[in-house]
Amino acid sequence: MDPLKRVEQELKKCVKCGACRAHCPAFQELRREPAVARGKVALAQHLMKGDISLDDQTYLAMSKCLLCGSCVEKCPNDVPTDEIVIAAREALAAQRGLTTFHRAVGRVIRNRRLMNMGAAMAALLGPLFFRKVPRTSGLRLRFPLPFIGGKRHIPQLAKKPFMDRHPEVIEGEPGKPRIVYFVGCMTNFVYTEIGEAALALFRHLGCTVIIPKEQQCCGLPGMSGGDLATVRELAEKNLAALEKFEADYIVTACATCGGALHKLYPLVVGKRHPELKARLDALAAKNIDAAVLLQKLGLHPEETGAGEQLAVTYHDPCHLRTRAVTRQPRELLRETPGVEFLEMEGADKCCGLGGTFNVYHYDTSLAINAPKAAAIEKSGASVVATGCPGCMMQLADGLHHRGAKTRVMHTLEILARRLR
Amino acid sequence: MLESRIIEKLKAIVGAENVATDRQDLICYGYDATQFEFLPDAVVHPGSAAEVAEVLRLANTQGFPVFPRGAGSGFTGGALPKGGGIVLVTTRMNRILRIDTENLIAEVEPGVVTEEFQLAVEKLGLFYPPDPASLKFSTLGGNVAENAGGPRCVKYGVTRDFVMGLEVVLPTGEIIRTGGETYKGVVGYDLTRLLCGSEGTLGVITKIIFKLLPLPEAKKTMLTIFDSIDGAARAVSTIIGNKIIPTTLEFMDHATLQCVEKRFSLGIPETGRAVLLIEVDGDRELIEKQAARIQELVAPLGLVECKVAKDAAEAEALWKVRRLVSPSLRDVNPTKYNEDIVVPRSRVPDVIRRIDAIAGKYAIPIVNFGHAGDGNIHVNVMIDKEIPGMEEKAHGAIREIFQAALDLGGTMSGEHGVGLAKQPYIDLELKPEQVAAMQAIKKALDPNNILNPGKMFPLE
Repeated sequence: MDPLKRVEQELKKCVKCGACRAHCPAFQELRREPAVARGKVALAQHLMKGDISLDDQTYLAMSKCLLCGSCVEKCPNDVPTDEIVIAAREALAAQRGLTTFHRAVGRVIRNRRLMNMGAAMAALLGPLFFRKVPRTSGLRLRFPLPFIGGKRHIPQLAKKPFMDRHPEVIEGEPGKPRIVYFVGCMTNFVYTEIGEAALALFRHLGCTVIIPKEQQCCGLPGMSGGDLATVRELAEKNLAALEKFEADYIVTACATCGGALHKLYPLVVGKRHPELKARLDALAAKNIDAAVLLQKLGLHPEETGAGEQLAVTYHDPCHLRTRAVTRQPRELLRETPGVEFLEMEGADKCCGLGGTFNVYHYDTSLAINAPKAAAIEKSGASVVATGCPGCMMQLADGLHHRGAKTRVMHTLEILARRLR
Repeated sequence: MLESRIIEKLKAIVGAENVATDRQDLICYGYDATQFEFLPDAVVHPGSAAEVAEVLRLANTQGFPVFPRGAGSGFTGGALPKGGGIVLVTTRMNRILRIDTENLIAEVEPGVVTEEFQLAVEKLGLFYPPDPASLKFSTLGGNVAENAGGPRCVKYGVTRDFVMGLEVVLPTGEIIRTGGETYKGVVGYDLTRLLCGSEGTLGVITKIIFKLLPLPEAKKTMLTIFDSIDGAARAVSTIIGNKIIPTTLEFMDHATLQCVEKRFSLGIPETGRAVLLIEVDGDRELIEKQAARIQELVAPLGLVECKVAKDAAEAEALWKVRRLVSPSLRDVNPTKYNEDIVVPRSRVPDVIRRIDAIAGKYAIPIVNFGHAGDGNIHVNVMIDKEIPGMEEKAHGAIREIFQAALDLGGTMSGEHGVGLAKQPYIDLELKPEQVAAMQAIKKALDPNNILNPGKMFPLE
């Protein structure tokens, strides 16, 4: 089926009012209509009419989307531009073939063994990590990157992936919730400290924590390149891995993985594979962000997070903000002894990473980030907390380019300071 | 199609990166909020008045039309390149040049987004009141060219009332200044007011001098629900009759409430037939007094419920009812014709009754909401284009709605303008002599008819 056919009804909803111009981070930087949601909708409509083809210009326009969902959140007519762009990218990939980079992405994210080898992961993440890691961070690697060419600095990968350090089931107290933890690649291979903090906090609450060994990449990098075959394969494997365990909640501490589980799996995969729809919906219904669940289960940050004096500001990841998670992390941080919470200007603005957007439009990505980095510095905070490892990477890069000393941490790391 | 040598000349004027001719780019500058579509031959993004002037001079010598465009959020097609030519986008000129806190004025370029300007002046304790619904993305140049309104106009007036002076590139390429920075000034014709609402047919605005007000200290928001449309309408005239001018008096009729309630279940009582969202602003003490007085005044008018916001969060919750109107209308029918008639405010119930009768006659759902305080009603004719004959019926209904507004002493459009969308109806409101006078002005300023041709009046 022509992928765009699937969104035909959705395309009709757009009345070109222009509201997306106020919310699209790519448009705010590029300031040209093909970059904004309604422009992409218009292009998709003309593609369907056969008036334009899946050529380089169409490819370029469709690549200028971070899939952040900001336009969808604010659209007065509920136009799902993220879904439309994914469909267009699927059509582009089907006709033109996947790009070399996205073919590599698919190969790596479909293959846990390859990912565990680290080198492949590093090579894949290389372009994402194109940034000068501060010398002070010590462990720097240089990797030749086959898809980009040349040598670039990339940060340290964890010596041992998070999931290899822990058993699959960590029993908690009887009667306490059983949670399945969907870790995500960035936490498993790079920011393992997020995983450790999550584990410590849920154990502190007496929860049984299950980290299914069979879980895979959420597949979002594949979706972003229109590689829906890979996404489907991963979604199915994840379903099998997560369904194996009886659980009250399926927790994510990565906004992007959560976005895939609770929204894009049912919306994108479920529509293409109706036989999976019911299971994907059930998975989505059980998914909850770690900070939200911690608050819901009555975490007292004074017991777990007290520590040295820190001035903390918070950045809203798009994939948490668009599922109405903005209040909870702030409340938890405010309740943490030693934390002075400082709100920054434009905390709800996108960091500019947009997954693989960052690879193809690195300059735009950084330009989107520039006001964010400035706002973080202006807030006077010494730490910027957030709920997404993708954002963490981008924020660190932006702050580094600015020469700012602000540290980037996951909210959970601050909440778990006393447990370490 | 424009010859390639003209494209090259345009590139020489504004820079190659600021001229787009790929089909994808043309598609993306061929629409606005009307859902009409006309593709230009090129999209040009000038960076200064001098560049605009050069482009217009070229247009005159080479004979191609130029269509100025801001954010492309208009409701009547004012920015659409019907017949082909170039779209001239003003959004690169987006600087706030100065905010003068002593003289309470500001000078801006046309591409500044309305809300960005409002926030900038509010930081200095100043106030720019015009608030079209599109303020988060519309540009000030577009606001001036269309003479945009908004909810707050009942108290503060429309965009025109805040424009003191302009820098304009005339269709023939001369750069002129109109008005100035003083409140008084009577030398020569008032070209500033002529250009406000001229829909980009008489010149390209390249700078605007706005008048500013001191920012009111506080505001108070109330949601009042009435058991009849007459109750709500009488509330409007009673409040104003008692010498209180609220900042906003937003009105929603029964059909609108049903749409919102069906989709979002906000808990509006079933006996509610009309809603007024009332806001007052000013000194804290004054608005408390005014709010109390308003509650007293509306109580005997069939009031079902009155909710008063205690803080900003509660005010936002009350505004939610109004903001959810647009998304909920789609459930009625997929396409809406969004008209914006105005009647003297005392005639609002009469016009609503006439519209209800028209809706019955044509068997088309029509929902009404809008700015009751100044009699500006957004009449939404909801149709499904896939039902044969419905579109034609809608045009019949719209004609009768306009006639009803005119019969009651009103006008076809309070905010959206004529553009292309209202052209077929313009003779209902304007006499041939009026049209002739307007066209004489157009002809004098734009002898070759290159600037936004075919807008407001049909091409001859």
